[in-house]
Amino acid sequence: MRTWLRHHWQALALALSKLLAHKPATLLNAIVIGVALALPASGYTLLANLLGVTQRFAPQPQLSLFLRLETTRPELDAVRARLRADARIAAVRFVSRDQALKGLRATEGLADVAAALGQNPLPDAYVVRAHDLAPDALDALASDLRKIPGVAHVQLDSAWARRLAAIAATGRIATGLLAALLAVGLIAVTFNTIRLQILTHAEEIEVSRLIGATDGYIARPFYYLGLLQGVAGGLVALAILWLAIAVLNLGVQDLADSYGSAFRLTLLGAGDACAMIGFAGLLGWLGAYLSVSKHLRQIS
Amino acid sequence: MISFSDVSKRYPGGQESLTEVTFTLEPGEFAFVAGRSGAGKSTLLKLIPAIERPSSGIVLVNGQNVGALRRAALPYLRRNLGLVFQDQKLLYDRSVFDNVALPLAFSDHSPREAARRARAALDKVGLLGRERANPVQLSGGEQQRLAIARAVVNRPATLVADEPTANLDAESARAILQIFFAFNQVGVTVLIATHDEALLEGCARRVLRLAGGHLLS
Repeated sequence: MRTWLRHHWQALALALSKLLAHKPATLLNAIVIGVALALPASGYTLLANLLGVTQRFAPQPQLSLFLRLETTRPELDAVRARLRADARIAAVRFVSRDQALKGLRATEGLADVAAALGQNPLPDAYVVRAHDLAPDALDALASDLRKIPGVAHVQLDSAWARRLAAIAATGRIATGLLAALLAVGLIAVTFNTIRLQILTHAEEIEVSRLIGATDGYIARPFYYLGLLQGVAGGLVALAILWLAIAVLNLGVQDLADSYGSAFRLTLLGAGDACAMIGFAGLLGWLGAYLSVSKHLRQIS
Repeated sequence: MISFSDVSKRYPGGQESLTEVTFTLEPGEFAFVAGRSGAGKSTLLKLIPAIERPSSGIVLVNGQNVGALRRAALPYLRRNLGLVFQDQKLLYDRSVFDNVALPLAFSDHSPREAARRARAALDKVGLLGRERANPVQLSGGEQQRLAIARAVVNRPATLVADEPTANLDAESARAILQIFFAFNQVGVTVLIATHDEALLEGCARRVLRLAGGHLLS
């Protein structure tokens, strides 16, 4: 175990020394990888920010249960009890027919219409807010609420939620596609870098093999090289992202201020940032693995 | 112990480099493989660490049929052999010390033990004090001694050397040979390939003579 750890430490140190020995090339590679990673990461960050702001300003989807006009007090209480017993419902608010008429009268442009009505045609209603705001969950809840005795009509305004979900899904797919495309690019960059490293060290590899080095021992520094290169690219991508958001926030600040909002674009969270760097490292390792598998075999 | 039984080696293209070679080298024995260029000496030596595989026949090294060894097992076979190559295969971007210590890097020795062994190996070939030099700064004879130091640093039971005295003057060649004799005296089995008949004169050692891939005696 100790020997195994020492070999890994030696391989890591060797890979680090190789990166530091060729600083300009290392920096250029990190920038290429960083730019490639920054594009999908920017898309992801902007999407997360936009979804955040949309959910903050958009009204919560609600279900309105309109009761029959002839509903009696005990029936009203029974409906309320059913609603409160449903675990899917977060809040219930009762709007009496008198309150509804008052609201109608207070609505600009509808006061005359309300005054013209001989008697109050509006029913009593319950306004329900669900725990799960996913469109499918809201649909299922609405369907169940329609079956409650005394309920004449259930109105669900989930169109905006559906649109938002569709926009978010499209954004995620686009970001995912871009990420996949650029991940292939990152693997190709690492593949080529490691290929060149293997060719540069062909003599050393050949000698090491002849005197008893295992393929694992020979390959390990190259794996670490790919991993470190990916991680360096991930760090550059974060720096680019940070810079881009700082610049964008100059414009966003004016726009948000005009709406009286303190909204600003935010960087990826620590978890997402670590995941991105880890993902970059993994892609670097994969590029190195493919390159080593192909090119080490050619040196014998 | 090294044993060849009816070993033949044909390279792709049909050229037969060795034909039904049979011999046994006992532990602690010292032997030369002699013959002209193209006689099959290098091929014979390459079969021992499985750098080449026999086309037919069996090569046994310490009881292992090396021709049947899986690729993954080869490093462990080679670590137990001291190999001196015809072109020395030194790394010229590393110091003398790093060249000698290279085989220890992938063994189980601690860095301190590896350094001690490397210095001991350099001492045995008379290169102690030149650790920091680059191999290009060494003479031909010194480079050959460096190659021997790297071969013995793992304390192998068998030394296999391919033309270790080629391109050396007679005096340097004798000095190199003395190093091999010294290792043999402490029980190391030694097999040296040479085309230099003059080198064999005065050495009362076994000679495996090859001609056209056939073992003559």
